[in-house]
Amino acid sequence: MGKHIIELVDLTKEYDGTEALKGINLYIRQNEFVTLLGPSGCGKTTTLRLIGGFEKPTSGAVLFEGANINDMPPYKRRVNTVFQKYALFPHMNVYENIAFGLRIKKTDNAVIREKVAAMLSMVNLEGFEKRSVESLSGGQQQRIAIARALVNEPEVLLLDEPLGALDLKLRKEMQLELKNIQKRLGITFIYVTHDQEEALTMSDTIVVMQQGTIQQIGTPQDIYNEPKNAFVADFIGESNIIDGVMLEDYRVKFAGHVLECVDRGFGSNESVDVVVRPEDIRLIHDNANLLQGRVISVIFKGVHYEMKVSDENGFEWIVHSTSMEPVDTAVALTIQPCDIQIMKKVRTI
Amino acid sequence: MKKGWVSYPYIFWMILFTLVPLLLVLYYSLTAPDPSGNSVLTADNFRRFIEPIYIKVLARSIVLALTSTLICLLVGYPVAMILSGRDLSRRNLLVLLFVIPMWMNFLLRTYAWMTLLDRKGVLNSLLGMVGLPRLNILYTDAAVILGMVYNFLPFMVLPIFSVLSKIDRSVVEAAEDLGSDSFTVFRRIIFPLSFPGVVSGITMVFMPAVTTFIISKLLGGSQYMLIGNLIEDQFTRVYDWNFGSAVSIVMMLLILVSMGIMSRYDKEDMGGGLL
Repeated sequence: MGKHIIELVDLTKEYDGTEALKGINLYIRQNEFVTLLGPSGCGKTTTLRLIGGFEKPTSGAVLFEGANINDMPPYKRRVNTVFQKYALFPHMNVYENIAFGLRIKKTDNAVIREKVAAMLSMVNLEGFEKRSVESLSGGQQQRIAIARALVNEPEVLLLDEPLGALDLKLRKEMQLELKNIQKRLGITFIYVTHDQEEALTMSDTIVVMQQGTIQQIGTPQDIYNEPKNAFVADFIGESNIIDGVMLEDYRVKFAGHVLECVDRGFGSNESVDVVVRPEDIRLIHDNANLLQGRVISVIFKGVHYEMKVSDENGFEWIVHSTSMEPVDTAVALTIQPCDIQIMKKVRTI
Repeated sequence: MKKGWVSYPYIFWMILFTLVPLLLVLYYSLTAPDPSGNSVLTADNFRRFIEPIYIKVLARSIVLALTSTLICLLVGYPVAMILSGRDLSRRNLLVLLFVIPMWMNFLLRTYAWMTLLDRKGVLNSLLGMVGLPRLNILYTDAAVILGMVYNFLPFMVLPIFSVLSKIDRSVVEAAEDLGSDSFTVFRRIIFPLSFPGVVSGITMVFMPAVTTFIISKLLGGSQYMLIGNLIEDQFTRVYDWNFGSAVSIVMMLLILVSMGIMSRYDKEDMGGGLL
């Protein structure tokens, strides 16, 4: 794939003595859709603001096409930002908002008119030129904010939870639309969100962050199927995380049972986290030598049922299934070896 | 509207203390005692005001008020910017420091300037000590303008400060992000967004400045005549309440007109200049 357009080298940021970012290293390739994903306070927005130039790093470097841009003010950077609360200019109409960046560059009026019209049609808001931005709905304001940033043809577009304030349906539409825009224009997108589903839907690469550190970098499939640690597993989708012991290669003991798995390379009798996705557990009626449990709650979720099953040791498993087992049914839990993920224990404070 | 009765005391208050006095002033302005002592309807009071001597007083009042308003704006805007640029804890302290002098009596503050500016006052003693010539600005236009600026500056700073501190930080960042350096950000974003504050600041300084009589009396000397002094004299020295009322009405019209002009520049939704 393309060259590295942005590189973060040992980047740290402190606010009044507290470390928001603890030395992260990351490169972003051209035309990539990268999502910084994590709970609030994980440092994802700080990272974005460092790239945008609104904050200066405490140490480390932000490289743009290989050159250090730590001290470059935002207005000289070839990146544009879509802000969380849109940050449209309230005293200008839609046209002037979008034209703002071009006017600063003293672009010819005819060119401005043409480009603004093109942007408005791209975000499906033709004919909105004269409207005041305060008369627009959240979704429309969001589109204007995107148009205002993209009209400057930035090399990199930074998006700070841009869909956070929209309702679910609109958010899903906009996700697809953003992805299409990114593909069509071939611009690098760096997208910040705490919504794992959004991250999985749109990204080429997901960077999972927690407490100022990067937990895992990978494609959506990697992150979902092969989470590196319990935090990532838990954050990306629902998971059952249980303490286990790796007896030897391909054999793990948890919940009082020894099961076959596909992982190897751990020390013998090493304590591990065992992660099983709720949709990977099958409930059967069998008294054989399996993990036994009892259904304690059932919630209908639309596509599937979410059941909680308490096993013989009292651990509560979350199970997703399209077939329902009524509360109080005795069931056995079965898991395929390849669906058992073994992770080294990490000490996250 | 339901529960309209809760506003009755307010309406009563307004009638008693605003409407009635206004009507009285209007009545006096339109009447004059005839030789037998009865009040008769006449426009003479207003006709008298058109005489050059009074027009000159009016013009001087307006020029001085405009000058001090302009100075307040030039000084006050940067002050408001500095205040709003601080983080919250320090900002409140600074605003407090700025407002504390206003807690002192207005007269007292103006008297203080008299002692400062006096021929043998504090300022001249200091100047004399370092061997500089004395400054005789007490009882001049400059002293009156100084007094106006000093007394009314907070009324310029506070509305601008309040508008500035409400500007969303991310709007400024968005402008920087789109290529504006700090001067362009100010010109294209901050100043236009703070304009309602500037408008109410101008109104709030101009109005008391154009009507003041204390500042001009104390710092301009007893012969110094602004329109406020003219009105005061009619009531307290000359006892021509009819002419005094007419001048007051003219003054009120002037203020109404200037407020009307200002509110045209005010954004319809952000204002609050009128009333």
